[in-house]
Amino acid sequence: MIAYIIRRLLLLIPLAIGMVVVTFALLLIIPGDPASVLLGQEATPEAIATLRANLGLDDPWYIRLWDYFAALAHGDMGQSIFQSQPVSTIIAGRLAATIELAVVSLVLATILGLVLGVISAIWQGSIIDTATMLLAQLGVSMPVYWLGLLLMLLFAVNLGWLPAIGRGEPLLDALAAALSGRPEVLIKSLSHIALPAFALAVNSAAIISRLVRTSMLEILREDFIRTAYAKGLRRPRVIVRHALRNALLPVLSVIGLRFGALLGGAVLTETIFAWPGLGQLTISAISQRDLPLIQGIVLTFAIIFALVNLIVDLLYAAVDPRIRLG
Amino acid sequence: MSHTSAVSSQPASGRPDQPILTVSGLEIRIRTGQGSFAVVSDMALSVAPGETVCIVGESGCGKSMTALSLLRLLPEAASVTGGKIEIDGVDLLALDQRTVEDYRGEKIAMIFQEPLTALNPVLTIGEQIAEAVRQHRKLGRRAAFDRAVEALRLVQMPDPQRRARQYPHELSGGMRQRAMIALALVCEPRILVADEPTTALDVTIQAQILGLISDLQKRLGTALVMITHDLGVVAEIADRVVVMYAGRRIEEASANDLFDNPMHPYTLGLLGAIPRSHAGAKVGSRLVDITGTVPPLWDLPKGCAFAPRCPKAVSRCHQERPEFEEKQPGHFAACWEVTHANG
Repeated sequence: MIAYIIRRLLLLIPLAIGMVVVTFALLLIIPGDPASVLLGQEATPEAIATLRANLGLDDPWYIRLWDYFAALAHGDMGQSIFQSQPVSTIIAGRLAATIELAVVSLVLATILGLVLGVISAIWQGSIIDTATMLLAQLGVSMPVYWLGLLLMLLFAVNLGWLPAIGRGEPLLDALAAALSGRPEVLIKSLSHIALPAFALAVNSAAIISRLVRTSMLEILREDFIRTAYAKGLRRPRVIVRHALRNALLPVLSVIGLRFGALLGGAVLTETIFAWPGLGQLTISAISQRDLPLIQGIVLTFAIIFALVNLIVDLLYAAVDPRIRLG
Repeated sequence: MSHTSAVSSQPASGRPDQPILTVSGLEIRIRTGQGSFAVVSDMALSVAPGETVCIVGESGCGKSMTALSLLRLLPEAASVTGGKIEIDGVDLLALDQRTVEDYRGEKIAMIFQEPLTALNPVLTIGEQIAEAVRQHRKLGRRAAFDRAVEALRLVQMPDPQRRARQYPHELSGGMRQRAMIALALVCEPRILVADEPTTALDVTIQAQILGLISDLQKRLGTALVMITHDLGVVAEIADRVVVMYAGRRIEEASANDLFDNPMHPYTLGLLGAIPRSHAGAKVGSRLVDITGTVPPLWDLPKGCAFAPRCPKAVSRCHQERPEFEEKQPGHFAACWEVTHANG
């Protein structure tokens, strides 16, 4: 078990190298130059050339790539071109907000997906099933930025129930505040995260609910379900303890993959809802061609994704006794 | 039927008590998009405590459907459309769902064919047995688990304490079936239904499991309904035998009678197809098979369902279905060619 975890963590190194190379190559291909963005449209070609030289952008690509790796090996992700701060500092300041949004979305998506999936599986072919699967179809097809805007329009602009943009106190801090007698802090945090988290969750909830439904329908036909009934168990117990627990296995791995999608979706969602996370940072870094910052963000996303999948694999082994890690 | 025998006897181990399970006029139909058809018709069964009744037939003859209906566990597309299933005089079909659930495991339990798929892969053997205990007895978690271990010991599971904490995939096929039997018997049901419990097992294990079921049944006084296609199994444990074909009974007799004096040509065919010598089979005789296949249940012939394959069929067999009637005391058959006096 420990050896397995260590091996998986060591695999992060080639993954990181690969990610850096791919991102680097993409950034070489796309047009745009941070020097000209930085100096504005009025800049003279000489000034731009000087700045490019200062930023090291004139070096051949293999020198730049080598320098980046050399620095990375010392834990240095370089300096942001525009914010004149270390990339690691900038990312660290934003990471918590993105993880908070992604985790809340994931929890929401999982709960919604499980409930809807189980309901439509149990009443397969009924009106509830049809309605749920129609909703799921809608949820899968709806782009997150459009759904985000619709939600904002309805709940923030028209109804005025929830704030349209921004973030309250970090949820964990807000929770602590609520426990020490200031519930309004938590309420404010929750009201801020509600819309972006829901917008981000819908797509994953739809996918999870479909998967749970299929998986449940398959499991409900298994022999051991009949055995459970033959023991005299009541239906709810058979469904939860015998069917759902087995149906969760394939769902679990998808939940891990969805986390990657949530991080990707966070880029758009955060921009719409002005959520001060990595996603919002990504958009600005790309539009400014802030190469070191983009590299740093992509690398961070990749490592988070890999870690989440490691956790999922460990959970998998915990839920299914037939799986031995090693 | 020329194959008669003077040794036809009265049912060897008749019925010591009142039957605990009585089935009469049972009809099971399957609904399809194009309507419905009967998979079991006019089925009857009567089993006393301690008695073993085998239902024999090819796959698709309705024996498994009959077994499942005894616990009201029929798949969704199938339902009982006629007849009665009485357990201790109570009509199972008239009971509400909750009471049926109370009956399952407590009064009537079932062992399935394939123990690997019939056991939940993500729960330990002990948990699965204890769950049945807690459903029917007011026992705590610990006590129920101890009962599970007891049940495993009863089925001669080696090292029951350890095995109870293992998962189905960690056990061998034979041990899994022992676990299944422990699960079925843990609440000491009055009736045990076993649907081909040895078919999925190695031949050497088959005999052990069969011996175990039979032994426990005698000790606990359980009424046993055994579904099988294997006449070897029947010879081993049956008191009475019901032979089914295309959803109907075609012969019923005590096990001794059936092997000594099979009446229906289909039964004769089955006996001829066994590559072993049984009591009554001529030593050195050739294996015979039954030509043709079972007709589809939604398209049965007008007369006797077996007529198209029957070596003795006469024109009447194709026109009228023979009644299932007592040809000799305690020996029933549905065949025009078997006369009452029987030779």
